[in-house]
Parts: sequence; C-alpha cells; structure tokens
Amino acid sequence: MNTVLVIIALATLGTAAAAMSLRNLLHSVLLLTVSWAGVAAFYLWAGAEFVAFAQLLVYVGAISMAVLFAVLLTRHSRDDVAAPPASRSRACYAVVAGAAVAAVLVAAVALAPLASAPAPSPGVSVRQLGGELMGAHAASLLAVAVLLTVALIGAVVLAAGGPPENPGDVP
Amino acid sequence: MSLLATTDSSLLERAPVLLRDWLSGLLPPPARWVADALIEIVAILAVFGTLFAFLTLAERKILGRVQNRPGPNRTGWFGLLQPFADGIKMLTKEDIVPRAADPVLHFLAPVALIAFSLLTFSVIPYGRDLLAVRMDASVLFFFAAGSATELSVFMAGWSSHNKYSLFAAMRALAQLISYELPLLLSVVPVVLAAGTLSTAGVVAAQSGWTWGFIPHWHVFTPWGAAGFAIFMVSALAESNRSPFDLPEAESELIAGHLTEYSGFKYALFFMAEYFGMCALSGMAVTLFLGGWQAPIPGLGLVPSYAWFALKLLALIAGFMWVRATLPRLRIDQLTRLAWKFLVPLALVNLGTAAFWSLTFPWAGPLQLLRWALALALVVGPFLLLGRRLSAGLGARTYRYA
Repeated sequence: MNTVLVIIALATLGTAAAAMSLRNLLHSVLLLTVSWAGVAAFYLWAGAEFVAFAQLLVYVGAISMAVLFAVLLTRHSRDDVAAPPASRSRACYAVVAGAAVAAVLVAAVALAPLASAPAPSPGVSVRQLGGELMGAHAASLLAVAVLLTVALIGAVVLAAGGPPENPGDVP
Repeated sequence: MSLLATTDSSLLERAPVLLRDWLSGLLPPPARWVADALIEIVAILAVFGTLFAFLTLAERKILGRVQNRPGPNRTGWFGLLQPFADGIKMLTKEDIVPRAADPVLHFLAPVALIAFSLLTFSVIPYGRDLLAVRMDASVLFFFAAGSATELSVFMAGWSSHNKYSLFAAMRALAQLISYELPLLLSVVPVVLAAGTLSTAGVVAAQSGWTWGFIPHWHVFTPWGAAGFAIFMVSALAESNRSPFDLPEAESELIAGHLTEYSGFKYALFFMAEYFGMCALSGMAVTLFLGGWQAPIPGLGLVPSYAWFALKLLALIAGFMWVRATLPRLRIDQLTRLAWKFLVPLALVNLGTAAFWSLTFPWAGPLQLLRWALALALVVGPFLLLGRRLSAGLGARTYRYA
C-alpha cells in the first residue's frame, strides 16, 4: 500500500519540480496540471473520493484553463519565455513573499495536531460532507469562491493591458 | 411481487454477469477480481468500439437519406463493411508531424482525449447489474473526467505550432467552457431530487409508476423536462456536434485544432467525439430517462440493458437528426446562447426543482397548483429570455435564394 503512496508522491513532487525549472511556460502549466492530478490521486488513495473528484474538476478542469488563458493572453510572442526579474530589489521582494507563504504553510502543518497512530477510517458519506460544507463550513466555501472570482478578474485585467493599438478596430 | 421475482431471476437479465463469473471462475481465486475488472474493460471497449464503427456508417446513411442520396453503399451489403474499410485506411495513412511541432504534446493530445473519454463509460449503469465501478460520487467523477478533454483540445492546438490551430483551439475552449456551465447546472436539480451523487442511486430514484403507467422518470416533471432540454443542447455543444461543430468545421475553419493531424491520430479524435456523444447520451438516459428502467410495467422479460440500449440509440438518432437539419452557428451566437440563455434558465430551473421537492406533500387540488406554478417557472423565463435573445432579429426574406 505504501509503494502506491510513494509513487504518487514522487509523481506529484517530480512534476511540480519540473514545472518550476522549465523555461517554457506552457510546458510548466501542463506539468503543474499533472501535479494537481497527482494530488487528486493522493486523495483517492486516502479514500476521500468526493474531494479527489472535486480536486480533478476544479484544478485539472478549471484552474488549469484559467492559468493557460492567462499565460496565452499576457504573452506577446510565441517564444516569449520566462524573463529574469527586472531589478535586484524586485527579486528580493519575490523571495521574501515566497518565504512568508512557505513559513505560514510550514507553521500550519507543524502546529496541526496530527494523530500519530493510524486512525480508523471515519467512513464519511457524500451526504454528510455536503451537509458539513453547506452548514458549518459555508463561510470558507464562500471565501474560496470569492478567491477564484478575484483571480479570474485579475487575469482579465492583466490580459486587457494598455489601450487598443488601433481604436477603430474595437467592436 | 411474483412478477418482480421472475424478472429478477430472468436468465437473459443475468446472462452478462453469469458469463463474467464463469470466465473468471476458471482462474484461481486471488486473480479473480483482476479478471473481473479486465473482462468489464474489454466488454466496454468492444461494445462501444463496435457501436462507434457502426454509428459512423449510420450517420452517413441517415445524412445521405436526408439529403436524398443513398450514402455509402459500395463496400459490403448496404455499405456494412464501410467502417472497416475506413479503419484500414486510417491505420495505413502516413502520420505527419509538422517539423516545428512539439512532438510529445502532439502525440499526447489524442491519447489523453481518448483515455479520458473512455473513463466516463465506467460509471454509467447499463443495466440492473451492469455497472463497472460503483462509487458514492460517480456523477461527479463523470464530469471530472469529461472536463479533462478541454486540456487535450488545448494541447492539440498549441503543439501543432500553427496559428490557425491555436486560434481554433481557443475558440473550441471558449465553447467547451461556456457550455460546461449549463451542463453541470442542469444536472444539479437531478442530484437535488434524487438525494445522491451515485448513478445507480439516481436510476433507483426513478423507479415505479404513477397510476400504473406513468413512469417516475425525471423528464416527466416540469424541472426535469427543462433540465433534459438544457442538458441535451449543452451535450450537443460539449461533444462538438452540429449545430455547434465550430471546433472542426471542415468547410470553413479547416477542421480547427485538427488541422495538423492526420492518419490514426485524426481517427482517435474522431473516435473520442463519438465516445463523448455516447457517454453524454448515456448520462442523459441515466439522469432523466430512468436509466435501464422499463417504460411500462409488465415488460420484465425484456432485459434491462435492452431498454438502456434502446433509449441510448434513440438519443443518438436525435443527435444525427439535428445535424441533418440545423445550420452551423457563428461563435458569437454560440457563446451568447450559452451565457444569456442557457445559464440563466438552468439557474431558474434549480429554483423550480427546489420548489418541486419542497411541495412534495401537496395533494388533491394543491397538486394542480403545484404543477401550474412549476410550469409557469419553466415557461415564463424561457419566453422572456428567448424574446430578449432574439430581439431585433426579424424574419428574414430571401429574394434570390
């Protein structure tokens, strides 16, 4: 059983690492999609099939499309690969922001009370999950929805760019 | 009750399962579950592969008859061997990959497409006992696997390194994403009414008859009829069928994202389109037309999978009829139909379904009121939105045509 977990983990982390290191943005996005599918496979392995399919539907189906559209609409030429940062201070800000996010995530994982002994499977049905999501956790569900909407609007704003080159062309 | 008992033990009904058990029984017990799974996979591949082959022939025959010509009639009796001739032609054709193309993605696109469209077949209940994978969330699985096809359309268009392919892929994506929304929204009322996300549960929720002859299929409720119509229109668009076949309009858009594909890779795209049509029709049968349930009681001798096949073929024939009748839409008309008409209708339909399930205890004259209110909720928005959609478009007069 653990070999399956190792294979899934290696595939997820390997594709994510490859996505970070490639120069071609489109290849990165597609590899990232495989990585997200790996996360879905992990959920499936853990017996959370509803979460796995939701991950597949949202990340592989929708988020990947949003990212692809953002990349394609903001690039100006086909061979426009990832550029180095414009200035040293900008690179520093990027590293600081990334480190802050990583610190928050690591702290959250490290401080979470995890059971060390193998716990029995809770055996949650989809109906119970739906009740929980719509009842106690409705606020977080709404927050996720707002986040996605903001990301989409941000992508549109980025893609809209400057004024049209030829004002007569605007339909 | 005795009738039910005889139907349950009907030999024809149990024949596929008995055959599978006999075949896997020849193996030692530890290998049996693998053998069972393999037999189910082979059965699905064989049935839908053959169906694909003969659907292409049927489609060409039907289109031919509609256009007052015989259709393929030279290969075999009535052209029956035409699909095999086409298959051999596709297999022996040269596979051309453009020099500038991304070879890995160019190869992966059709493979991923066919793999994901085959996955969707695993959760459709073909009969009382014929369901390959029983899951709690199988409806969700169906649409999760189906949404991955968009990725392969993008891969096909981008990896070809051809600006027309890329444009067409983006156009196809705009269409697929637009119609994914009404498709999913029209399924939500069914889940709401059945109270389950499993396909077997949805079929079970549609069993029984009112007054002994009106089946409890979802399509016979106001929200079900509207949902079925929205689902079928969206399914036409999702499977790139006419009148929404813009992604591969051969005559004016040079087959869109498939421009740089040839030989068997092209055939795989073609096959995935038919598989998608079959899977979506199968899902429509499962969600709205009672799945494998017989339309009237007392027909227990006919096996359940025969009813499923009959309904599936009827829906596919409907797809072909639509293709023979309607002209192709323009991309702006197509997205406008999705966002300004189907999505609002599907959202209103969700409210109608909620009203329907809340007023379940109403009886007697209140039942009439329930029907009237629900029908008003379906027909009213349809008329209002339809009028707004077609505002400013008068009847055309053709003088020289």
